[in-house]
Amino acid sequence: MITIFGIPGPLLFGQLLLGLINGAFYAMLSLGLAIIFGMLNIINFAHGALFMMGAFVAWMLLNYLGIGYFPALILAPVIVGIFGLICEKTIISPLYKLDHLYGLLLTFGMALVIEGLFRNAYGSSGMPYRIPDVFQGATDLGFMFLPNYRGWVVIAALIVCLATWAIIEKTFIGARLRAATENAPLVQAFGVNVPRLITLTYGAGVALAAFAGVLAAPIYSVNPNMGSNFIITVFAVVVIGGMGSILGSIVTGFALGVIEGLTKVFYPQGSATVIFLVMVIVLIVRPRGLFGKAA
Amino acid sequence: MPDAAMLEVKQLNSWYGESHILHGVDFDVREGEVVTLLGRNGAGKTTTMKSIMGLVPRREGSIRYRGAETVGYLPNAIAKAGIAFCPEERGIFASLTVNENLLLPPVVAPGGLDVDTIYALFPNLKERANTAQGTKLSGGEQQMLAIARILRTGARLLLLDEPTEGLAPVIVQQIGRTIREIKSRGFTVLLVEQNFRFAATVADRHYVMEHGRVVDMIPNTQLEASMDKLHEYLGV
Repeated sequence: MITIFGIPGPLLFGQLLLGLINGAFYAMLSLGLAIIFGMLNIINFAHGALFMMGAFVAWMLLNYLGIGYFPALILAPVIVGIFGLICEKTIISPLYKLDHLYGLLLTFGMALVIEGLFRNAYGSSGMPYRIPDVFQGATDLGFMFLPNYRGWVVIAALIVCLATWAIIEKTFIGARLRAATENAPLVQAFGVNVPRLITLTYGAGVALAAFAGVLAAPIYSVNPNMGSNFIITVFAVVVIGGMGSILGSIVTGFALGVIEGLTKVFYPQGSATVIFLVMVIVLIVRPRGLFGKAA
Repeated sequence: MPDAAMLEVKQLNSWYGESHILHGVDFDVREGEVVTLLGRNGAGKTTTMKSIMGLVPRREGSIRYRGAETVGYLPNAIAKAGIAFCPEERGIFASLTVNENLLLPPVVAPGGLDVDTIYALFPNLKERANTAQGTKLSGGEQQMLAIARILRTGARLLLLDEPTEGLAPVIVQQIGRTIREIKSRGFTVLLVEQNFRFAATVADRHYVMEHGRVVDMIPNTQLEASMDKLHEYLGV
């Protein structure tokens, strides 16, 4: 058996893969948070709950309507995204005139309500979601066995993250979004309907969270707390990457997942805290985050 | 109808929070004219422009553009009606390339200049089109870009807020040529200026503002004769 630094290869690669999977979720969630923060100036505390909603909607589509995994991968983000649009229009947008703290409190409250409702209806023990048949089994990579579904999650997350980055950095609509992030009143004075752009941005960020939720459903059990388990770490990722940085949140998300995985191999007791340790160091050395622009 | 007012501002009042900035501004701009707002710092020139664009928190009175009352419109609706704004701070976006900055304002009506014509007017911008950050341009180039991007949109009334501020004399001359060029292409321009010597080279009429009101109107032809009065208004 191969050993690396005295660690058996399969153990090392196994944890590396787990880290990469977690990193994929960190990246998708922090990307949505970064986009929403850039446009709305609101730290969306409901992000974890909306991620959970994505998983639940996929589960409901399957169990109540018989709609399978792949349609759910499209439908659940659309449904949760529309829910996000409605929330932005009705309860979040009236807060833009006030201090940012109110937006944070409101979305925190939204998270508690959404999670509470699902806990009431489905309990908190969690429900299984079957891995789709095409992704059953594992592939022998030579140095380790890769469960097919996990490989798919990493690839799908990478594609979605890169596509989002490309839309924002390389397209015409992305240019409007970047401009509105910088100086919304001027962009509106050019004739762009900025309030609508903000609503759609929130919807898109929420849809991204729901997409991650559907990907997560077969890996973690579908339960009302699955979002809150992630979200604290994701906030640390956002802080480390730099608030509002698109590329920063993607790179930092994957990187910190891997760091967490490696810590599990070399110093298991530290795995729960390593991300926060990195956060503290980054905040001391570079308060704006690794990819953040100077304020 | 060359004499019909394109923009008609009547009894315009504006506030920033508790501060009452404009106290009943009256003036009009006819189609095809270049009209300036002159006045000292704090007279309310920029606030007048921002009020026309809907960029102040509170405004009252009447702002009619081609006969339509726009005082209750949101900024995006005012832009759609055909008014374009070039702010004093230029408003070039750092996160957009030069080309993206140029193409950012949506086209609101047919009849705007196409990109080739714009590059012919501003050859520097063509060379710098792929500069990754709009704000990497020099001050003069940024000002050209800020004017160029609103020529594309089909807006016929251009509000230019101190386009010569802080620029070298040779650039100021270039901006003067640009303004005369866009006037010859039928655009109407409302210009805020501190520098009335520059204003005299481009404008048809001058409105003088003091303490949030328009206190005088001087046709450019009578500018020489009104020098004493003007020195008193502007304190120069």
